[in-house]
Amino acid sequence: MGDWPLLSLVTFLPLVGAGFILCIRGEVEVVARNSRSVALWTSLVTFLLSLLVWGNFDPVQPGFQLVEKAPWLAGLGITYYMGVDGISLWFVLLSTLLTVVVVIGSWHSVHTRVKEYMIAFLLMDSLMVGVFCALDAILFYLFFEGILIPMYLIIGIWGGPRRIYAAFKFFLYTLLGSVLFLVAILVIYLHTGTTEIPEMTARLHASGLDLSIQKFLWIAMFASFAVKVPMWPFHTWLPDAHVEAPTAGSVLLAGVLLKLGGYGFLRFSLPMLPEASAYYAPFVFTLSIVAIVYTSLVALMQNDMKKLIAYSSVAHMGIVTIGIFTPNALGVEGSIMQMLSHGLVSGALFMVVGVVYDRIHSREIAAYGGLAEAMPVYAFTFMLFMMASVGLPGTSGFIGEILVIVGIFQFSSWVAAFAATGMILGAAYMLWLYRRVIFGALVKESLKGIRDMRFNEVVAFAPLVVLALVMGVYPSLFLDPMHASVDQLLAQIGVETTKLALR
Amino acid sequence: MTFDLTPVLSELILFVGVLALLLVGAFREQDATSRLLAPLAILTLIVAAIVVIAQDKTRALGFDGHFVFDGYAAFLKVLILLGSAGALALAGGFLQDERIDRFEYPLLVLFASLGMSMMVSANSLIALYMSLELQSLSIYVMAAFHRDNLRSTEAGLKYFVLGALASGMLLYGCSLVYGFSGTLQFDALATLWSGADGGAKGLPLGALVGLIFVVSGLAFKMAAVPFHMWTPDVYEGAPSPVTAFMAGAPKVAAVGLLLRVLMGPFHQWVDQWQQIVIVVSIASMALGSFAAIGQSNFKRLMAYSGIANVGYALVGVAAGTAGGINGALVYMAIYLFMTIGTFACILLMRRQGRYVESIADLAGLSRRRPMMALALAIFMFSLAGIPPLAGFIGKLYVFKAAIDAGLIRFAVLGVVISVVGAYYYLRIVKIMYFDEPAEAFDPPTYPAVGSVVAICAVLMLFFVIPVLSSPILGSAQTAATALAK
Repeated sequence: MGDWPLLSLVTFLPLVGAGFILCIRGEVEVVARNSRSVALWTSLVTFLLSLLVWGNFDPVQPGFQLVEKAPWLAGLGITYYMGVDGISLWFVLLSTLLTVVVVIGSWHSVHTRVKEYMIAFLLMDSLMVGVFCALDAILFYLFFEGILIPMYLIIGIWGGPRRIYAAFKFFLYTLLGSVLFLVAILVIYLHTGTTEIPEMTARLHASGLDLSIQKFLWIAMFASFAVKVPMWPFHTWLPDAHVEAPTAGSVLLAGVLLKLGGYGFLRFSLPMLPEASAYYAPFVFTLSIVAIVYTSLVALMQNDMKKLIAYSSVAHMGIVTIGIFTPNALGVEGSIMQMLSHGLVSGALFMVVGVVYDRIHSREIAAYGGLAEAMPVYAFTFMLFMMASVGLPGTSGFIGEILVIVGIFQFSSWVAAFAATGMILGAAYMLWLYRRVIFGALVKESLKGIRDMRFNEVVAFAPLVVLALVMGVYPSLFLDPMHASVDQLLAQIGVETTKLALR
Repeated sequence: MTFDLTPVLSELILFVGVLALLLVGAFREQDATSRLLAPLAILTLIVAAIVVIAQDKTRALGFDGHFVFDGYAAFLKVLILLGSAGALALAGGFLQDERIDRFEYPLLVLFASLGMSMMVSANSLIALYMSLELQSLSIYVMAAFHRDNLRSTEAGLKYFVLGALASGMLLYGCSLVYGFSGTLQFDALATLWSGADGGAKGLPLGALVGLIFVVSGLAFKMAAVPFHMWTPDVYEGAPSPVTAFMAGAPKVAAVGLLLRVLMGPFHQWVDQWQQIVIVVSIASMALGSFAAIGQSNFKRLMAYSGIANVGYALVGVAAGTAGGINGALVYMAIYLFMTIGTFACILLMRRQGRYVESIADLAGLSRRRPMMALALAIFMFSLAGIPPLAGFIGKLYVFKAAIDAGLIRFAVLGVVISVVGAYYYLRIVKIMYFDEPAEAFDPPTYPAVGSVVAICAVLMLFFVIPVLSSPILGSAQTAATALAK
């Protein structure tokens, strides 16, 4: 595979699949069936190809690997430049895996406009992989904002009753942040004369941008990434979008799209504007703490399962933003682990809600109770992801949170203390949710005939279950390829990396 | 003095072509004449475009320096000729359905194209005025082409009266500049105030006032705020193919002419005209974006969209650099395809033999006609400037130029307004994709319209692929360096 443009293949293969589906004609049923199969096979092959990316990845090397470069836009000196490092590698795999999972998961639950549905998800797959592979800022922006189109359609076409409001809010809110980021890129381009991310970073370090300009640029980038993460108080689009989106849409939204914000901080704000990042770190910590405590409390009071998990996402992403701006390897690696774990776990939790929603068509917590009797497999799956979300040792959620908290403790014990309350409150709302939905007696008439998980649902959950446990008991598998890249990132922001016991 | 006609080769082709077709039309008194002439007119336009592409792009003067042919003119001529050809291809079916397929229509398009083609080559104030009037007079008649229709005649009259006022302003501006400089020629004007001690002399106030009048006149032609008032009414009232034509090539020509004036004779007075262009640009972007939100008629919405888009093109003009010219040219090129594609979709909106124009008529289009909905969605997302569609590349170029020229606050304002604009484009996508289907449209009867939609949609969708974009981006670059010298 030496000379193959592997990353381009992974990025654009789903588009080929989408093109195929577009050409399918015939009876509605036949079209639906064929669309599902094409989408499944395309996403599966894409996932396998992305495993090859992992296989060809050299964990010792800090820089970008599997690099592809070609001239692109004439006149602006913008190149088509792709590559992965230890940070983006995992997000590529996460994106391709979650696409396979949602295609399987929505096998029986989507009946209207299956063809368009599958096209939209393959389009998402392509754009998500692209955004993590792009090493040119304009190319990055292209994918970053391009994702809005399929997501807008997914929420608007297959969403719940308030889907139109949610779709518009999602689109315009994130677009407003993104355009400011574009201005920031163009200003940096003016200063450095390049849009290649590694080169931009290097030249910014060489030239030493004025702190006042750095602050403006940092705020412009923050506007974009903070909305994506989302950080309090820019999170208001998220509960709406999550609640109204179809299950698969919520999974990708929580699993991958929120990570774009964190990834953006790691790729742009932190290495390119280190002084401004240090200057604004307390600001980020404050917002993150508010997010953790406030949204956890809000989550406690929700009646809607999806909304509860949406708010828990905001709280978990608060831990991520604390970790990113912690100037040591523990914090940064912890934040990446937390993002990966959250991608799997909250994605899975949205699917958990989706499973019962498909059967009962209600997301109200009060509509359920005692499901353990009728749905034992479901109850087990739910429990596992609930525990992982709470951060029980042995599950993926624990690793990220503990790394971040240990990392931030070396920096500020107060921030660590507040961040830790998130774990407690998280346990409270998740356990309470679980008790109300799963335990108790199965008395409600509507729940009497409820079926346990179907085969396709079990298959969809299986990889997530395995990964949540593997990440919990053997985190080195995921952390090892990160070290070199994270060390380089920290060197760029001027932090001496020391070998720590936790490695 | 030798009389070299090579710089005006494409104009000669158009001119001879239109006269020949006029004779054919005058002597064949049959109903089907228009059906014969339209393809011939398209052929003439395409031949002229090919001649321009093949021509040597080094700067050459004609008619004692009143006319110039260079890479810049060539780029715009190709756009104008292709845009006119596309708009003419759309017209046939509509004119037949509405029983107004008179043979004059293709001829008027050719005359207007000839005018526009001369506009972008104008190298003196007199050539500027003459070419602009040739274009305008043809379009006044076209706007009122549906002469039994009240709205169409009203549109024609309104456009004519206001257009005459704008022409008056333009002419007054020209005379002021002439009076204070003693020359009509752009080349002479450019050197007049830039001699060894010229910079110190400064621009005479009268010439500056003249310049403002000229800019105002051109702003009217390109429908920039505050000279936009005519646009929604005329766009709505004029027959749809005429609107498709008006929204495309003439705007490109007007922006081209504005750049020619500002970057040629008045280039060193950037600081004098920059603030005017910035204000006009912001006002156009803002008004176009906010006013479009409330529209229910698609053609009216596109009128406001056109106002906003001219505002974005003016972002590039305001930069006053080679990069800015490049940005404005790229933007207008992409805009031309998006607009023609959108109007082609509007021409497909036919229900029980009658053309409909309301946005609500698009409800649920994605169920009934998925490919048309897809194409229209591509145009809408592209107009909104969402990557990876072509509209984003256009916006990228103009804002890049503005930032490079140090106009960062202006650029921030521009991108924020573009989010407002995104709202109403999204609304159309919402109506097509999220709403319950309305009554189906008639099946398309004219393959030309469908193919225009397909070509434009494919171009907008795959514009990021270098194979498609590099011819346009590359020649825009050449054009910009030709003008900026």
